Amino acid sequence: MAKLTGRELYVDDLPSADHLWGATVRSPSPRGRITAVEFDPSIDWSEFVIVTADDIPGRNAVFLMEYDQPALADGYVRHVHEPVVLLAHPSRDIVRRAAALVTVRVELEAPVLDFCAVPEAGGIQHGTDNVLKHILIEKGDIEAALAAAPIVVEGEYFTGSQEHVYLETQGMRAHVDGDVLVIQGSMQCPYYVVKALVPLLDRDEAGIRVIQTATGGGFGGKEEYPSMIAAHAALLSLKSGRPVKLIYDRWEDLAVTTKRHPSRVRHRTGVDSDGRLLAQDIEIVLDGGAYVTLSPVVLSRAVIHAGGPYACDAVRIDGRAMLTNSAPFGAFRGFGAPQAFFGLERHMDVVAARLAMDPAAFRRVNLIRDGQQTGTSQTISDGADRLEVLDTALAACRWGTRREQIRRHNESHPLAKRGLGLAVFHHGAGFTGNGEVMLQSVVHVAATPRGGVEVRAASVEMGQGTTTIFTQLAAERLGLDPDTVEVAQPDTHRVPDSGPSVASRTAMVVGYLVEQACDDLRRRLGLTDAARGDAVAEAIRTWYAAPGQEELVGEATYLQPSHVEWDEETYRGDAYGAFAWAAYVAEVEVDLKTYSTRVTDFVAVQEIGRVLNQTLATGQIQGGVAQGIGWALLEDFSWRDGAMQNCQLTNYIIPTSDDLPPIRVEFLETPYSHGAQGAKGIGELPMDGPGPAIANAVAHALGVPAVAIPLTPERLMAEHDGLAAREAS
Amino acid sequence: MNVLRPGSVREALGMLADEPTAIPLAGGTDLLVHWPANHAGRDATYLDLGRPGELRAHHWTDKALVLGGTTTYWDVIRDPRSARDLPLLVDAARQVGSVQIQARGTWAGNIANGSPAADGVPVLMAYDAVVVVQSERGVEEILLSEFYLGYKDMRLAGDQLIREIRVPLAARTGQRFEKVGSRRAQAIAKVGLATSHSEDGWRVVAASLAPTVRRCPSVEALFDSDGAAGSVEDVEAALAADVSPIDDIRSTAEYRLRVAARLLFFGNA
Repeated sequence: MAKLTGRELYVDDLPSADHLWGATVRSPSPRGRITAVEFDPSIDWSEFVIVTADDIPGRNAVFLMEYDQPALADGYVRHVHEPVVLLAHPSRDIVRRAAALVTVRVELEAPVLDFCAVPEAGGIQHGTDNVLKHILIEKGDIEAALAAAPIVVEGEYFTGSQEHVYLETQGMRAHVDGDVLVIQGSMQCPYYVVKALVPLLDRDEAGIRVIQTATGGGFGGKEEYPSMIAAHAALLSLKSGRPVKLIYDRWEDLAVTTKRHPSRVRHRTGVDSDGRLLAQDIEIVLDGGAYVTLSPVVLSRAVIHAGGPYACDAVRIDGRAMLTNSAPFGAFRGFGAPQAFFGLERHMDVVAARLAMDPAAFRRVNLIRDGQQTGTSQTISDGADRLEVLDTALAACRWGTRREQIRRHNESHPLAKRGLGLAVFHHGAGFTGNGEVMLQSVVHVAATPRGGVEVRAASVEMGQGTTTIFTQLAAERLGLDPDTVEVAQPDTHRVPDSGPSVASRTAMVVGYLVEQACDDLRRRLGLTDAARGDAVAEAIRTWYAAPGQEELVGEATYLQPSHVEWDEETYRGDAYGAFAWAAYVAEVEVDLKTYSTRVTDFVAVQEIGRVLNQTLATGQIQGGVAQGIGWALLEDFSWRDGAMQNCQLTNYIIPTSDDLPPIRVEFLETPYSHGAQGAKGIGELPMDGPGPAIANAVAHALGVPAVAIPLTPERLMAEHDGLAAREAS
Repeated sequence: MNVLRPGSVREALGMLADEPTAIPLAGGTDLLVHWPANHAGRDATYLDLGRPGELRAHHWTDKALVLGGTTTYWDVIRDPRSARDLPLLVDAARQVGSVQIQARGTWAGNIANGSPAADGVPVLMAYDAVVVVQSERGVEEILLSEFYLGYKDMRLAGDQLIREIRVPLAARTGQRFEKVGSRRAQAIAKVGLATSHSEDGWRVVAASLAPTVRRCPSVEALFDSDGAAGSVEDVEAALAADVSPIDDIRSTAEYRLRVAARLLFFGNA
């Protein structure tokens, strides 16, 4: 409601007396030694607070998985826009202008900018080969299976980067309250910020309090990067002794924060003439950028999903994340899976074409049935009907009839070609393998004196509906009026660590813990599990009626479901406790006067365990599809020295409502026993399908390769006219 | 930033005569696009044209539509006579940014900003519009198609204001406006085209294909000579002689030329 009426306070809106504005001076070069930092003598620098790497009290690293990324470059830079110096001043305008008057001189070394090329000796900056992470998944004898396969089809696929374009740009405020450093800001993972600041500032967790403020969208972009901004705001505040706001404008946000990993995916696929998959040999390369950050886990999710929801006895998936001198690529809705599915699902159409099979029929032959195994040898037996998912999507778009209508339309319309494309995919919810065990997430549900409860978790509301879902789950579990259920603002000195708000885990994993914590609360009240509603509210009021009574808190800690077994060494086993399953169909029309593609219809069918909230779930799917349409068709980068050049929303193009088709969403439900009310995660799922479905539709319309996205008009013109030239010669 | 706030055109012209580096400001929509990074712009002096009411109104004579110096796109969209007599003005106005931008942005501002990707300028040029500029030195009338000298370079001195824009009415037998943006709305033109045909012959105006919005005499000659050009390749060859597209952050030279040719050919075929 506060958002609706414009009263909500985002970090930039926080009232803040006597504070300073921060600004960041950055590297102009992609790689090299810093030879000088020059301050323009026309300015009186004594008015400014100036922070360099020398001011860092602890270890100079923004810690997440490794200690390799400095908070401020110390003598050497590895990408354009790497932070070097921080400034603070009472005037926002003056500090921004001043930042432009500090010059960082760098003795340039040859940067590595092509993640697919083998780096030259002088370009090695990580290990012996710039490989940030290598993962190999093997199942069966791939070489023998390929040798024996009657038909082998190869393909190579590319995806571009993508910017999150959350509406609220990133920002942090830091101030010192007694012995405690307080960080407030826009973020997905309050405890990640704590963990990054502890070694950097050489403080313990009690001395750092992180509070999430209203967050205007995240999509993964506020998973790891907020730790960097928080570190900078903290350093400025600690040095100046004053509150500091460090708020990025859109240009800076687009230029310097993380984006989706660009990828190259290669497939070598053996099939028999009936369309049965005999061998899947897959290679994935991701551009990791200049530091490790989250690339190993993004790669992990990519390789695990790379074989798709298909049964195949011989699988090899070889994945590498490569260092380049670009700003680090990072978390983005889908987390490697969209890249893997673009390669796989575009390739499935290429293979089907080679077999002269209908693309839907080809997939149907190979879709995993209960009892069969994925590429990581995970046996699927969740009772979900994957064929029904596919058939529901095909029925909704009238697949066979429509393909025939389109064929006839295209014969008589030389300048407007239509196409219909399908993608079938799955998405694992929660952290991979043993990741949830490592997180050991905790949720509290506290009884409140008026007879309600407060849910306490570090999982944030960022527009996806956490507050509504937690309220709904607690109210329904305890039979309480939702008006008596509150959800605490994530504040690391007040809520337990329920893990990061990522990986489609909030509703499924943390929501399940909310239910367990409600049960624990009920037990502490001396009630049976059957007690609901007034009985619970009355028991709570009675508890607090006793004078000096301490707060009553129910607690739940994550326990691995007994069916999950994962071997991190061999990458075999149950990669995820549950997968959501989906089939998406895109219809497009390509205007051959302008080579622009319009998505004219979109069908999104998915099996997600249980729909907790129809409005929110539908919104998640439609929003994800819209984001996928942008990635597939519009969102293009102009790079120079590994840095984004088109850092404005006038030239980084995301879809408007006028660029979107009707997005028809259908859910199938087969409850998952370890998800809240049977739900599986859906936040990332809708990002996986639109890319390949649209590329398949464009290929259907024009007969072009469509092996790289975004399929901008410029790229399509080259593909289409190139094809026409080859046909003519 | 310094802002001068004249109450009348006469006062505005006096201020400009005293301070010819002052930047006239009407809707402000072009200024805001680059404002976050425009540090120099914060030190500039602006001449706010919001107060002189006599600049805002547009009116019709029996020969022309006369747009004032601060007439907005929305003013033209709202006037029912526009769609009837000069429909390309409405087509182009509706393609400018969003409704909010259309309500603030002005036709004269579009001309004076000098963007090669302007939406308003091509249709005005295809209608043979005349720019009336004024200073304390007097009034001057310049054909819009002769107004630009090069990229952001135009026949408008520091002390001159665009007082009005005269758009002649004529019996037109064909007219089109085509804008190719990076998406369907709120986009800057990668290719813009305005064409019209009257007893004076064809007018073919291209945007985003040269350092300025400009007429394409070779294409006009081709169309005048045979009505419908023979092939899309003929149009592309003629167009190539008229324009000089570039590769930039929004598109490629090759795309711009080919797509413009295809739109011209298939639009008039």
